[in-house]
Amino acid sequence: MNEVDLRSFTVNFGPQHPAAHGVLRLVLEMDGEVVERADPHIGLLHRGTEKLIEYRPYLQNIPYFDRLDYCSMLCQEHAYVLAVEKLLAVDVPERALYIRVLMDEMTRILNHLLNIATMALDCGAMTPLLWMFEEREKLMTFYERVSGARMHANYYRFGGVNRDLPAGFAEDVLAWCDQFEPLFADMDRLLSDNRIFKQRTVDIGVVSAEDALNLGFSGPMLRASGVAWDLRKAEPYAAYERLDFDIPVGKNGDCWDRYLVRVLEIGESLKLMRQAIREMPKGPVRTDDKKMTPPPRAEMKRSMEALIHHFKLYTEGVHVPAGEVYAAVESGKGEFAVYLVADGTNRPYRCKIRSPGYVHLQALDEMCKGHQLADVVAVIGSMDIVFGEIDR
Amino acid sequence: MLALDRVARSFLWQELITGFGLTLKYMFKRKATLNYPYEKGPLSPRFRGEHALRRYPNGEERCIACKLCEAVCPAQAITIESEARADGSRRTTRYDIDMTKCIYCGFCEEACPVDAIVEGPNFEFAAETREELFYNKNKLLANGDRWEREIAQNLAADAPYR
Repeated sequence: MNEVDLRSFTVNFGPQHPAAHGVLRLVLEMDGEVVERADPHIGLLHRGTEKLIEYRPYLQNIPYFDRLDYCSMLCQEHAYVLAVEKLLAVDVPERALYIRVLMDEMTRILNHLLNIATMALDCGAMTPLLWMFEEREKLMTFYERVSGARMHANYYRFGGVNRDLPAGFAEDVLAWCDQFEPLFADMDRLLSDNRIFKQRTVDIGVVSAEDALNLGFSGPMLRASGVAWDLRKAEPYAAYERLDFDIPVGKNGDCWDRYLVRVLEIGESLKLMRQAIREMPKGPVRTDDKKMTPPPRAEMKRSMEALIHHFKLYTEGVHVPAGEVYAAVESGKGEFAVYLVADGTNRPYRCKIRSPGYVHLQALDEMCKGHQLADVVAVIGSMDIVFGEIDR
Repeated sequence: MLALDRVARSFLWQELITGFGLTLKYMFKRKATLNYPYEKGPLSPRFRGEHALRRYPNGEERCIACKLCEAVCPAQAITIESEARADGSRRTTRYDIDMTKCIYCGFCEEACPVDAIVEGPNFEFAAETREELFYNKNKLLANGDRWEREIAQNLAADAPYR
């Protein structure tokens, strides 16, 4: 009798697969329908952002951060701006802090809506995608009103934000919140208890709290496993310590819990947006330090000194004192952080970006092992990966 | 009792039927879609679209070739060459924007001390070839002439915030 050489079947998943959420290429070793090993291949969206940042003055790097994770743009700008502000030791006006909270939470809703909708789509539910993208559209209109661009906002600046919120903006955001809440409750009712969706997600890709910590998870991925860790509470930045919100925590750490954590976080974000608008003080939105903030246009056209400052700031930019700093924010996907090394010139010496998606993706093998091929899709959906930030 | 309730709901397809009810309800709601080329979504005065070079009301170009926009452009999409004119004024001889490189960050508009280069409200400038997107000075000035009314309105509306 001949010896039979048994070999697992290798399946290429992506990089063009619609359920691969971007350009993820997975090499799956299958034993029939069961995944034995999942090997993510990354790098297809590598743009060398970290290196490019070393060759730009500090100000010009802000747009790059919009383009990392293109679903939570302003959260990432926030991390970079926080890092530079720490080195510059600049005071940010109160109003700017509240604007940042408002915009960060809006970004979180944008991010979670996209994730929930696409995860539902991957699991076979198309309706939430259509409903939620309509809301995302409205949120992007808000983005456009404050910053001028629907996605790549380029709105935060060192020591504040670019321009104040336009008149009537706060009222419109509140009206949107009121309109969104019942709609989102409808989506929750449609999807959360649906038996098909639950069959696809409950007990799939279970990560225990200990494993989640060991794998370096953060954000909803960690909280779904039952660890109440949120940088907004643990290391409050902007105005978060003055605002009242809860951290939703999951129990089992499966795909369904991760989905539910995101659903509840949207509710918390709505609460935070309303609070931020209610408690937002009046006043300037950028520091009045002339070496950091360009003068108002009217002044720049009258005063010679202001014009000199304007020219210096837009050619040479700010000189950041030498030092190393780590600044982290809770972006929609988890702990997004920037490690910045400054050498005293007007460009960063090194900028390391810690993207949550990269850390989460490396757990894919662990989460998919022993599950069926179709469950890989649900796991990827619940991981909330975006390739802009993983490949950078 | 709770378990019985759950079993009953499951057997009666409770969540599926409410789901169908919801989608049916939404079917009769007002449609959110726009009939695009004829209907368009709202744009704010801050919108950053296609670039334009503006002129003063007397027809003289605003740009003084200070090259701040060229310096601040993160994508290095702007190329400027300048020369003094016969009357001694400093003007550009070449002002190119590579629209395929541009990332529409709005820094050029922010940096311009004379409001010459602006990102206007136009977002419908798709072209069939790359060459059509290498804008030169003539194209940018033509854009400015074409969109001047809207651009001036937008700048005036946003002036209190800048």
